[in-house]
Amino acid sequence: MSTVIQHPSAQHPSAAKTETTPVAMIEGYNFAYLDEQTKRMIRRAILKAVAVPGYQVPFGSREMPLPYGWGTGGIQVTAAVIGPDDTLKVIDQGADDTTNAVNIRRFFAKTAGVATTEKTADASIIQTRHRIPEKPLTEEQILVYQVPIPEPLRQLEARETETRKMHALEEYGVMHVSLYEDIATFGRITRSYNYPVKVADRYVMAPSPIPKFDNPKMNRMPALQLFGAGREKRIYAVPPYTKVESLDFEDHPFTIESWEENCALCGATDSYLDEVVIDDKGGKMFVCSDSDYCQERREAGHVGDGGPPHTESDGR
Amino acid sequence: MTQTVGIRPGFSDPVMGAQRSFRAVLDAMSRPGVIRSTSTGNPPPVPLSEATAAICLGLVDHDTPLWLAPAFDRPEVTAFLRFHCGCAIIDRPADAAFAITTGADLPPLGDFALGDDAYPEHSTTVIVQVDGLGTDGGLTLSGPGIETTHRLTVEGVRAGLWDDWAANRELFPRGVDLILVHGAKLAALPRTVAVDTPKED
Repeated sequence: MSTVIQHPSAQHPSAAKTETTPVAMIEGYNFAYLDEQTKRMIRRAILKAVAVPGYQVPFGSREMPLPYGWGTGGIQVTAAVIGPDDTLKVIDQGADDTTNAVNIRRFFAKTAGVATTEKTADASIIQTRHRIPEKPLTEEQILVYQVPIPEPLRQLEARETETRKMHALEEYGVMHVSLYEDIATFGRITRSYNYPVKVADRYVMAPSPIPKFDNPKMNRMPALQLFGAGREKRIYAVPPYTKVESLDFEDHPFTIESWEENCALCGATDSYLDEVVIDDKGGKMFVCSDSDYCQERREAGHVGDGGPPHTESDGR
Repeated sequence: MTQTVGIRPGFSDPVMGAQRSFRAVLDAMSRPGVIRSTSTGNPPPVPLSEATAAICLGLVDHDTPLWLAPAFDRPEVTAFLRFHCGCAIIDRPADAAFAITTGADLPPLGDFALGDDAYPEHSTTVIVQVDGLGTDGGLTLSGPGIETTHRLTVEGVRAGLWDDWAANRELFPRGVDLILVHGAKLAALPRTVAVDTPKED
């Protein structure tokens, strides 16, 4: 691939300037916005979620100062967990600098006064919308997922009373039939995101709409993984070093996406790539979805075949 | 004349204290056998230990009925918990969301709420005050949250607890979760963890 970027600065397409002025805390709200009784309720739900890996614990989700679908569940989990010594990173589809990520980071800087970062390695809590960072996480970190539909069986069975029974009885035949129907129709399992997993050999769980590329990272991850669904009022968890298996069949094993291209900016061959349209003549390039991973590789001198080398003027 | 009971102070800083206490419990619960510590910053009424008080003040409130073993059913303790947590103190362990007991007086685990298969979270979290906690041997733990195995020493629990625990684990996803406490130290045993006791010769 030899697309040349027209873009003079050759930054990651989603790259923004780092916030230079520290965000001032706003007065009149409790630490991390939620009141203490709400935090206790969420904290108890989180502890039960950890004790029963993959099981969705109902909780009394609160009205948050942003609409459903923007991470109300993730924010409530983060608010219940975060303390003054934490450093928060927020990503949206891998990027630190999209509207959702910037605003959630600023929300916690304003209401909890915590340090924020865009570096995966520096964060103690990472709230994510639909990606897992490329850099492996450590035991000292907590990954908080924003989840739109926590129930993996919901597309197959609309009634909560029925899906609850199916989980209770570990009756997941309907999910396997659904995956098998894909194979019968298309010759392969066509789900590319929110690919169902089985946690600790018991509960089938929705990994949130992460690409299936990220599913293997969940398996035996050293970091604690917490999932919050605000509209659906569910919290669930995967403890560290817990088996997370993507559902598949012996003759149709689970596989992840691969690309013929490398990242046009950093040349990475092992990261999840976004396709970016760069002009109105059909020009496009592939770049890392994880903006911090891409930036770090470029700073280390890695260059893709689509862009000029990194310069100090690139900002950040 | 009603007898008045002095109420010991709770968290020095209620908001940060509750957050730190929760993180200690969360860390212990997600890595079974790892020892963490927490306290309110003020000595709790006897016989509550520092960690027990901090856990209760951080997690227990009017939504979570609390059961006390007889050793804890004393006016200073009930006044302290009722005032700071606002919780109901109840007679039947099977109705409790949280329970406090000593290792020696721990009732059969089946006496507590075990949840049901559809709602396994409707179970009791039992805080057990023991005579010692260490990581140098004794029990071998394995399960979710543990990379290979963790070692844990627990002193002062009643005979037969670990057989009882094996039966509790069989109930999964139902079952109780234990938080073992000694002084300010705590370790947690969520219902998923397998406990191997040393072989008797």
